[in-house]
Amino acid sequence: MNVATSQSEVTGPATPVGSGSHQAKIVVEDFIAFFGAQAVLRNIHLSIYPRQRLAIIGPAGSGKTTLLRSLNRLNDLDDDFRHTGRILLDGGDIYDSSTDVAALRRRVGTVYAVPTPLPWAIYDNIAYGPRLAGVRDRRRLDELVESGLRSAFLWDEVKDRLGEAATNLSGGQQQRLCLARVLALEPEVLLLDEPCSGLDPISTAKIEDALAELKSRYCVVLVTNNTKQAARASDRTAFFLMGELVEVGLTTQVFTNPADGRTGDYITGHFG
Amino acid sequence: MKREKIISVVLAMVAMSGIAGLALITAYIFKEGLPIIVRVGLKDFLLSGDWHPLEGKFGIFSWIVGSLAVTLGAMIIGGLLGLSCAVVLTQFCPRRLVVVLKPAIELLAGIPSVVYGFMGVMILVPWIRQHLGGPGLSVLAAAVVLGIMVLPTVTSISMDALRAVPRSYRDGSIALGATGWQTTHMVILKAAKSGIMASLILGMGRAIGETMAVIMVAGNTLDLPHGILDPVRTLTSNIALEMSYASGDHRKALFATGVVLFVIIMILNSIALAVSSKRARKAGVR
Amino acid sequence: MRLSPAITQRLVVAFLWLLTAITIAILAFIIGHVLAHGLPYVTWDFLSRSPEKMGREGGVFPIIVGTLAVTGLAVLIAAPVGVVTAVYLTEYTRKGRLTAVIRFGADCLAGIPSIIFGLFGFAFFVIALGLGLSVLSGALTLALMALPTIIRTSEEAIRAVPWSFREVSYGLGSTRWQMVTHVVLRSALPGITTGIVLSLGRCISETAAVMLTAGSALRMPSLLGSCRTLALHFYTLSREGISMNMAYATAAVLIVAILAIDLTAYWIMRRFITKMS
Repeated sequence: MNVATSQSEVTGPATPVGSGSHQAKIVVEDFIAFFGAQAVLRNIHLSIYPRQRLAIIGPAGSGKTTLLRSLNRLNDLDDDFRHTGRILLDGGDIYDSSTDVAALRRRVGTVYAVPTPLPWAIYDNIAYGPRLAGVRDRRRLDELVESGLRSAFLWDEVKDRLGEAATNLSGGQQQRLCLARVLALEPEVLLLDEPCSGLDPISTAKIEDALAELKSRYCVVLVTNNTKQAARASDRTAFFLMGELVEVGLTTQVFTNPADGRTGDYITGHFG
Repeated sequence: MKREKIISVVLAMVAMSGIAGLALITAYIFKEGLPIIVRVGLKDFLLSGDWHPLEGKFGIFSWIVGSLAVTLGAMIIGGLLGLSCAVVLTQFCPRRLVVVLKPAIELLAGIPSVVYGFMGVMILVPWIRQHLGGPGLSVLAAAVVLGIMVLPTVTSISMDALRAVPRSYRDGSIALGATGWQTTHMVILKAAKSGIMASLILGMGRAIGETMAVIMVAGNTLDLPHGILDPVRTLTSNIALEMSYASGDHRKALFATGVVLFVIIMILNSIALAVSSKRARKAGVR
Repeated sequence: MRLSPAITQRLVVAFLWLLTAITIAILAFIIGHVLAHGLPYVTWDFLSRSPEKMGREGGVFPIIVGTLAVTGLAVLIAAPVGVVTAVYLTEYTRKGRLTAVIRFGADCLAGIPSIIFGLFGFAFFVIALGLGLSVLSGALTLALMALPTIIRTSEEAIRAVPWSFREVSYGLGSTRWQMVTHVVLRSALPGITTGIVLSLGRCISETAAVMLTAGSALRMPSLLGSCRTLALHFYTLSREGISMNMAYATAAVLIVAILAIDLTAYWIMRRFITKMS
């Protein structure tokens, strides 16, 4: 693992680990998540800051994805899901009964592990989110589609065939399409759930490049199985194990000098 | 959020229209038919063969016997053909052929019942008259025609049941050296037993309920049949034949016949539902 | 002597194949017989003229219109109700007593014989609601009969839409209703259409229920007037021995219509399956 390069990638403001919540974009407070009777996340405290990329690493079944899906209430789709604790977005509890869930999901967008283009034209895929939000003006939609595709580094490859079926794109292009689709909503937070797990190295590099660009505008949370990717493409890293947050800190620090022995074991490949 | 709630309530109300229709059907059939059953007495209504509407005598025993005889025959023919098709199509047929044969059998379900009846009259009835004797219009003719008509029901539902048997069962049996047929009848048919039962029961419901084709080939005599070559009248054909001119108590008695038919069908449907939900529960545990 | 398993296998499989072949032969024979005897009489005159002398001469034009009116209206009524029911069952409630009740209702309706529907339609639509023997009474009765098929096929089509599509839609900020209309129904449309087209075929085939609710008038149909459908016309012609040639011709029109409908439904379904997988 090349820790030196990852160190050089850390930019942006100083990152006060575990400091006051007033400057954090998202604050997770004493969050416990259950599926049925089983607790899959236990007493999570975590702050996520704007204009930063947070990587969430950990072995399969450690609760990474559950946390990610809790951040925009996608877990609500599962009848068995229960939670306690709070998740604050800009200070407001997203699980409050007055929350407009659809609006929340527009502010906190998700890219899934498996590229899932809807079986429509490329244009319609990207314009779907804005249309849901009530954007009807054709010129405005065109703008959003173009800017989304540009930010996802896909514009040049598809600009001449926006009317073609999105399902005809390659796997890597499909995943960037999914990224563009979320970006067209102009969200505040971007959640990515192992977005490169099914992709080849070149496609992965393109997505990582896009993320590096995007962090200047968004708060990015990246769940990944790939510790190298976490080292390369994040500013802070959180390590999860069996539903608990073991440690969180600057990526450089977590990878070079982890506070917890288990983190070191995981990163060096002793388990997981 | 409030809009979503309203949509959900509206959808629920529309979704209830099926059950509302069922309730209305039940209510109206019973409302029209029950009084006459009460007046004649359930026992006399069901067990007397005396049907003289103009003299106020309403006994439907002959039609019940007719329906049962015809249905039994139909189940022997339709069950045998239908199950054979299901077994062949799921176990012994190359995929490319299934793609052609399955829609063909489904098409059999789409042919109007009057066409079946007509074919019966034109082809089957003369054949029976010449080769087996009797008037031709008979229990046998009705059974054959109905058998062909219920075959697609039996085939399609038992095909679903046979397909639901896990592939590992078959592979396991073949691995033990069983032949294809040994595997089919010892392992697969056994595993799909309840689904096949359900298909036969639903097919039986179809046969009892069929009207137009039976009218055309059964002969519709008022007498009780004594053999399979005798003409016969069923519950359904009696309703359809006399509805056009019946009035007053006579019409009510036809609705009462409908009540009996309705109850028989509901019992059959409930058995089929119970059998297949038992299967679903078993599959769920697995 | 006991036969060896290998020989039994051959005999049994051959027997099963024989029965299957008989089934297919019956189908081919029915279609072939009707078309061979009927098509020669299906002329433009036959399709475009009114029947004369009870149908002994002339054509079947008003009867075709009547068939289209009754079955078309029936499907027009049943399709929205059926699709909404399917959406409710799949997307709005998962388990629960209400779902069980709705499903039970659909299952029971599916098993009720057409003559019972006819009796009900007669007692309720024709007499109680005072609609008389009419296109409307017939259509409402047929709509109830078609409902279970439409519900079941729509449910299957909706369930075939990948769960991930729903997640994507929710993730992009759709409400449930937006998700249903934009993603689920749009993706399931071919499957739903197949079910609706098939139910149209079943309605066209129906005779007993139509006879008791729409009547058998030979004139051009109107919403509250009686009319005759092809299936009933065919029944009357052959049963009363009015004209075998006309009966065959009517049956040929009926069979061609059913074939066209079933093939269309099958074709849509095949495209749907290839698209989904």
